[in-house]
Amino acid sequence: MRIVVAMSGGVDSSVAAALLAEQGHDVIGVSMQLYPASDRAGRAYGTCCTLDDLHDARRVAAAIGIPHYILNFESRFEEAVVSNFVREYVAGRTPIPCAHCNSDLKYAALLDRASGLGAAALATGHYARIVGDDQGRHHLLRGLDHAKDQSYFLFSLTQAQMAQARFPVGHLDKVAVRDHARRLGLPVAGKPDSQEICFVPDGDYAAFVERQAPALTRPGVIVGQDHRVLGTHEGVHRFTIGQRKGLRLSSSEPLYVVAIDAEAAKVTVAAREALGRTTLTAAGVNWTSGVAPAGWRPASAQIRHRHAAAPARVRALDINRAEVTFDDPQTSVTPGQAVVFYDGEEVLGGGWIE
Amino acid sequence: MRIYLDHNATTPPAPEVVDRMTRVARDTWGNASSIHHFGQQAKAVLDNARGEVAELVGADRSEIVFTAGGTESDNAALRGAAEALEASGRRHLVTTTIEHEAVLNTLKALARRGYRVTLVPVDASGIVSVERMAEALGDDTALVSVMHANNEIGTIQPLAAIAEAAHARGALMHTDAVQTTGKVPVDVRSLGVDLLSLSAHKFYGPKGVGALWVRRGVRLLPFVTGGRQERGRRAGTENVPAIAGLGAAAALARSTMIAEAPRLEALRDRLEAGVLAGVPGAELNGADRPRVPNTTNISIERIESESLLIGLDLEGIAVSSGSACSSGTLEPSHVLKAMGLPHGRTLGSIRFSLGAANTEADVDRVVAVLPGLVAKLRNLTVTMRR
Repeated sequence: MRIVVAMSGGVDSSVAAALLAEQGHDVIGVSMQLYPASDRAGRAYGTCCTLDDLHDARRVAAAIGIPHYILNFESRFEEAVVSNFVREYVAGRTPIPCAHCNSDLKYAALLDRASGLGAAALATGHYARIVGDDQGRHHLLRGLDHAKDQSYFLFSLTQAQMAQARFPVGHLDKVAVRDHARRLGLPVAGKPDSQEICFVPDGDYAAFVERQAPALTRPGVIVGQDHRVLGTHEGVHRFTIGQRKGLRLSSSEPLYVVAIDAEAAKVTVAAREALGRTTLTAAGVNWTSGVAPAGWRPASAQIRHRHAAAPARVRALDINRAEVTFDDPQTSVTPGQAVVFYDGEEVLGGGWIE
Repeated sequence: MRIYLDHNATTPPAPEVVDRMTRVARDTWGNASSIHHFGQQAKAVLDNARGEVAELVGADRSEIVFTAGGTESDNAALRGAAEALEASGRRHLVTTTIEHEAVLNTLKALARRGYRVTLVPVDASGIVSVERMAEALGDDTALVSVMHANNEIGTIQPLAAIAEAAHARGALMHTDAVQTTGKVPVDVRSLGVDLLSLSAHKFYGPKGVGALWVRRGVRLLPFVTGGRQERGRRAGTENVPAIAGLGAAAALARSTMIAEAPRLEALRDRLEAGVLAGVPGAELNGADRPRVPNTTNISIERIESESLLIGLDLEGIAVSSGSACSSGTLEPSHVLKAMGLPHGRTLGSIRFSLGAANTEADVDRVVAVLPGLVAKLRNLTVTMRR
């Protein structure tokens, strides 16, 4: 079978490509060039998917003996991911660009490109699994290595996309993946995992937003729940729900960000108890089965990549919105993040927290 | 069987080139500047190659400077002439918008150092107008640089008339002849230029070696400084095996060009006619004539060339498009943009450049494969938009 593998130059996608080639598939490696090596002012823009990573991907492809192409996705990435990231922060939300990259780039334009190359499937190095059932339906499961699980970023997958998606390392743990890399003699076997958002390698999101949209950031006030002004800030993009550090307030008890009002440039802080919320609504909801549940469905809901899923009930509100009620109050329900619904290992669906 | 149709990017070294290079690398390893036997042997190889290159372009052997390729030749010519003329107060440089990056970016670098640079636009023919060039010249113009043939569309520029206009203003005339040397007759005297760049690997020689022809009497400041090699015009121990390869390629081109050019032209015309007739929405970019015989550049409506290029590669057909940036992705061609073509047409362009090994069967296979591939990609584009 001809399979296109999206190769980032990291260990996971390299092993994914090598395993498929080893199984005898007709494998074509592609890498997405996502942003220029430097921005218009000549500043370095990222570490992942920069030239070094593209070169690593090419070296791996050569080591495996498969063709490799670099596809220019700069303008699509800018539209679908980077500008969305900046807009969300400026609007007082906390975005997750990796999920947008999956839904709006990899399983959209890249999947189409793969079909154009005559491929029946698109493989990635994600830690997630897809299994089929007797009815020909596809189920999206967490990666077997829960410490590396990336199913949270894949909630938008549809049945049609899952029919073409392959996750060759999803049933492995990281140690096994590195063992494979060494066994197969891949030149990236010892390469460290990438941590930060790829286009903000220093992790300073606030500075990135300020560079990208200097005209859209403005100072404002920090207030308590009683509307009393406690301090000032340099822009709502510097805050996320549940944040405690960097508030520069003097207070007898620890204070946390509980609300962000971008229009008024106002950040509200309160004691930890005020963070707790038991309900949320989500937009842009996808149900992986293709069918929304009728009425309330018990599920566990995960509101951040690194959080544990919490017991909850979920119901569809209309065609692409949903409501979640948690059994216990959750801290850090953050607009812009994804809420993903699980039934045990299986992803039922998810959406963007409103 | 893979079909290679990207000879403007590079050519496979000819067997006689590889043979001579191998022999020289093994047997004639002396430093050509040494006085002893070993040096003399190496020097003889350089002398021989210099004669072969001089004959190919109708030059005197003393006017040939070996370099590390076309880009270095362009740098040496532009920087060397600009610096040599600096004291005269001539600080204006003129070129066209369709030059190779080797010229455009070198002039950009000179502009940052205070030179005034004029880029003369071209129209959709891809041929620069002599009148517009003449209008751009001033009394302080130091140098005019116009490529002999464009690498992407193959159009041949009216060098002799531009050179005349440049000389009338007291300016020097350089040409990047990387895409014509070895393909069509190049004669430095009848072109009327003062400086000419050429590159070995575009005519079945090795990569990393080329030459700059400098008309006797033209003063250049050396761009690479050091020892006295190449009459003090290009320092550094000569790459003797590569230069030997350049010489062999020059001799070969001289003996085969008369028969090869019309053969390639007929093949190219067959390919072009087949593609234009077989693929709906295909259009030729640039003027039909005058053009180098091996090149055709065709835009295909509602197609991104990146996809088409990869699809053809998977079919075993090697072509190119636009100019590759450092990562290997494609950017819309600056040449097609400069010709004023609509954006969609610049995105969907494919360059076929033929060479010695190509046959009618190769061309016919491309003409057979392309329509189906284009239809498949277009269907996909429709699905994507839906």
